[in-house]
Amino acid sequence: MADRPRRTRGRRTDRLWIGLMIGLPTLLVVGLVWLPALATVALSFTQWDGIGPVSSAEFVGLRNYEDVATIYPPFWPAVTHNLIWFGAMFLVATPLGVLLAVLLDRELRGSRVYQAAFFMPVVLSLALVGFIWQLIYSRDQGLINSLTGSEIDWYGDPSVNLWAALVASGWRHTGYIMLLYLAGLKSVDPSLREAARIDGAGEGALFFRVVFPVMKPVNLIVMVVTVIESLRAFDMVWVINKGRNGLELMSTLVTGNIVGEASRIGFGSALATLMLLVSTAFIAVYLRATVKDGTE
Amino acid sequence: MSTHAVGPRSRARQLVVPAFLAFMALAWVFPVALAVVSSFRDYAYTASHGYFSLGGLTLDNYRDAWAAGNFSRTFVNSAKITVPAVLLTLALSSSAAFVISRYRFRGNLALLGFFTAANLLPPQALLIPVYRLFRSIEVPFWLSDSGTLLDSYWSLIAVNVAFQCGFCTFVLSNYMRTIPRELYEAAAIDGAGTVRQFAQMTLPLCRPALAALATLEVTWIYNEFFWATVLLQTGDKYPVTSSLNNLRGQFFTDYNLLAAGSVLIALPTLVVFFALQKQFVAGLTLGSTKG
Repeated sequence: MADRPRRTRGRRTDRLWIGLMIGLPTLLVVGLVWLPALATVALSFTQWDGIGPVSSAEFVGLRNYEDVATIYPPFWPAVTHNLIWFGAMFLVATPLGVLLAVLLDRELRGSRVYQAAFFMPVVLSLALVGFIWQLIYSRDQGLINSLTGSEIDWYGDPSVNLWAALVASGWRHTGYIMLLYLAGLKSVDPSLREAARIDGAGEGALFFRVVFPVMKPVNLIVMVVTVIESLRAFDMVWVINKGRNGLELMSTLVTGNIVGEASRIGFGSALATLMLLVSTAFIAVYLRATVKDGTE
Repeated sequence: MSTHAVGPRSRARQLVVPAFLAFMALAWVFPVALAVVSSFRDYAYTASHGYFSLGGLTLDNYRDAWAAGNFSRTFVNSAKITVPAVLLTLALSSSAAFVISRYRFRGNLALLGFFTAANLLPPQALLIPVYRLFRSIEVPFWLSDSGTLLDSYWSLIAVNVAFQCGFCTFVLSNYMRTIPRELYEAAAIDGAGTVRQFAQMTLPLCRPALAALATLEVTWIYNEFFWATVLLQTGDKYPVTSSLNNLRGQFFTDYNLLAAGSVLIALPTLVVFFALQKQFVAGLTLGSTKG
């Protein structure tokens, strides 16, 4: 403790308050996030119908994982869809957001208006985004079909619905990345750019050789945000069709196995544990980029 | 930045970039604009005259959507969840951030990491234990008419606060680190204890960060969909976002009505965004570029 209060009584109440101020939030986060996460991992090694007490759960080792990988048909499609989801965000939506940020970073007339336009979808919930895009995708009255005369059910047809959802989701993701990146760009020392310009660097070289390297922490954050958001993708797909018929994702499989008709707790937990593993790896990267001792 | 760029290439760029941005911005606004325009159009009129006709303007969609989507109830429900959750999140995370940034103790940074990480975990992966936990806690009926914490606002508020505390603690502790230590030392010499330092010095100094986070959290918790869907079970408790599905089920064919419902749901967040854009952007960027 940095200071030394004069009276021990005051010091004791101080300590009590400090304990409460950090203790209460910690308790909540431990109780509702970290302990449940550990419980999920533990349950993934058991078999439990969820009806009796937890003590009736039976230890089955890795069997749930084996079953998930071998005899559960939606598993590999879901993994593939999550990877495609990530690929589309990482290769299209994220770079587009970065490009828009770079273009908006100069003092351009109307820059604020553009920013507001790109960012507007981010304030809408993903569930609502899925809903609004129905006006474009609907088979009978949707905009695409009434313009082109096609009869594709964009949200229903399993060969296209993932891509339809990705366009809608990318619409929102791009704005989010644009904003994060723009904030990062603003914090780049302007003299770096001036120096590079004087050396005759073109816009492309300026970005890739000078700006991009010094933006390393922001680049990492943007990448992790993209991974995590792709892994957590849920709301939109759940609104469209509860994640069936071409839209299976890890998150919807977990939810379906627990709130659905047959609640297979151990099995659902094995799926959930896989999600936790992937996210923890990337969260570690995120923490290394962001959480630092602020004293330097 | 065109003061020293006068070559023909850069002049072309001066035209291309704004044109590209303008095109993209229009494309980005389009889906929302389409929803707004559709919401004012009469279904029978567009059905017979086609979508690209003029006329057939009406306000009926809003009246009907309001009634059918039970918006007078779901908006109140959303407020009952969002307001306490945001206040609690800010109260708890500002006190946690105060302790983390003010005092040096072992595990200080680990604790911050542990808060921040909690915000990034996939909520679906925690569903089973959280669901079971709430179901197993029995409470008197005056607290929750289901007899347990499941299907009550208590559980929904608690889980939202637990998740959002991570992000807010992270942002606020970064912000509080910029407060000079000398200020605290002076306050301590004046005899101000921990609580007074926190309430009378730290909190007022953090007003900009708190305003930014409040804006952001109102939007996020209002938009929260997953926990509301799985933890609430009685139809009349659903917040605005979860009632989306019901609205569609009832009006499978009338997309203009659906558009009106969407606009109603989006309206509070859009108003917050346009009125407090600066706060909103500050909240997000505080979390990503500082620290």
